[in-house]
Amino acid sequence: MTKDLYRLMALMTGDEKHGPAATSTLDAIWVLYDRVLRVTPKTVDAPGRDRFLLSKGHGPMAYYAVLAAKGFIDEALLPGFGAYDSPLGHHPDRLLVPGAEIGSGSLGHGLPIGVGTALGLRAQGLTDARVWVLIGDAEMDEGSVHEAIAYAGPAGLEQLHTVVIDNASARYGHAGGIAARFEAGGWSVRTVDGRDHDALYEAYTAPHPGRPHVVVARVEPKNA
Amino acid sequence: MDTMRERFISTASRLLDEDPRLAVVLADISSDGFKETAQKHPDRVINVGIREQLLVGAGGGLALAGMRPVMHTFASFLVERPFEQVKLDLGHQGVGGVLVSAGGSYDWPAGGFTHMAPGDVALLDTLDGWTVHVPGHPDEAETLLRRAVQGDDLVYVRLSLPSNQQARPVTGAGFLTLREGHGGVVVAVGPMLDAVLAATEDMDVTVLYATTVRPFDDAALRWAAGSPDRADVVIVEPYLAGTSTAAANDALNDVPHRVLGLGIGRAELRRYGQIEEHLAAQGLDPVSLRARIGAFLRPAG
Repeated sequence: MTKDLYRLMALMTGDEKHGPAATSTLDAIWVLYDRVLRVTPKTVDAPGRDRFLLSKGHGPMAYYAVLAAKGFIDEALLPGFGAYDSPLGHHPDRLLVPGAEIGSGSLGHGLPIGVGTALGLRAQGLTDARVWVLIGDAEMDEGSVHEAIAYAGPAGLEQLHTVVIDNASARYGHAGGIAARFEAGGWSVRTVDGRDHDALYEAYTAPHPGRPHVVVARVEPKNA
Repeated sequence: MDTMRERFISTASRLLDEDPRLAVVLADISSDGFKETAQKHPDRVINVGIREQLLVGAGGGLALAGMRPVMHTFASFLVERPFEQVKLDLGHQGVGGVLVSAGGSYDWPAGGFTHMAPGDVALLDTLDGWTVHVPGHPDEAETLLRRAVQGDDLVYVRLSLPSNQQARPVTGAGFLTLREGHGGVVVAVGPMLDAVLAATEDMDVTVLYATTVRPFDDAALRWAAGSPDRADVVIVEPYLAGTSTAAANDALNDVPHRVLGLGIGRAELRRYGQIEEHLAAQGLDPVSLRARIGAFLRPAG
């Protein structure tokens, strides 16, 4: 499957070989859409669907490739990536991309939006629906991410999930570790190899009653 | 009489009982007022703490999940501090929400400039699709709030401590004609009305009253301007002076016209004190308004 995702990504980049930066999110997103999220092209508007919010909107080729592989968008759109009349920009726009839950690009917006989405689902009794937000380790430089982390724990937002793609790209790192930030905020925490599909799946599906859940997916350092 | 902020709390509390789609999001400010309601509706009265980026971001998420979010704090922390969230987490996501602010431009002068937001309406003017209500009385605030929560659009309700002696009917979205004259048009926005009426008491002017400033009521201004060969318009706003001058110019773009925009100056006063002292210092008390409006409308030469 990964081979086909690389082929789909190549339709956007014109390059069969992709460096670690372009594919840092690929395995994490693929395992979510393939094995975890209960959403299909037919249920993109269903109130009780699971939701995946790509907060780190930069470098969305892996995301678009997965959306194409799962039938949310037509593969034929991929070569137009970034063109004026293409729905597929270098940062996704939810009004243009079927299946995209949010428009992103400016860092630090997805997790607060995910908090509100989880609150909204809970308030409507849609307690089976899960919200997944993908952020990057450098995105955690943004203070808004920490506003969301600090609130979601005490609020007991069990429906909220975060996957942090850690490619060690934060300028000053995160002293004490990324997982520790979430743990101190009252989250359930797993740290795994972000290339290991079974490990990702196991971490994604670990029970976390009464608490939000984060999976820190470690991949190759961006500047190694 | 209660304040507009108190009326917001009582009205929103009742609306939460009536409309299961409604959620009130707070960032500590006014959370005491919502204490009882929060016990009744724990999932729909949400206090995120002193986190204004999260306040608006969570509001966007609630809207994406199908709710109607009402986000509330002081104007400076609702519009200015999380402005990118207002721009991206609501407008850019294609969802709506209701921002309800307190504090305005000078409600707590002793609190100083950190708690003043004279630029809030001008900032929202850089974005598409916002309806902006500036009620001048708690009764008007209640009507406008009830209207705001019904839709799915982007609405800003700017509440303030000062209010006019009596409420005016809030019928449609347009300006209300309170007086007709021939020597010019004065548009009074929200809590500026009483001072404008006092200042123009013996002037031969048309006085329009605006509680909804966006969309701007082009038709009312064109009608009030009357003569097709000349229009003199004064707009008195309780926020940054000139905020609606461009809107008035657009409304009158095929009529020779002059517009005087009165409101809060850009320069910081760096003074504390009382509301009345600030209004006087900004030239918005009846005596100052009378002199400034009179000088502008007086025929040259």
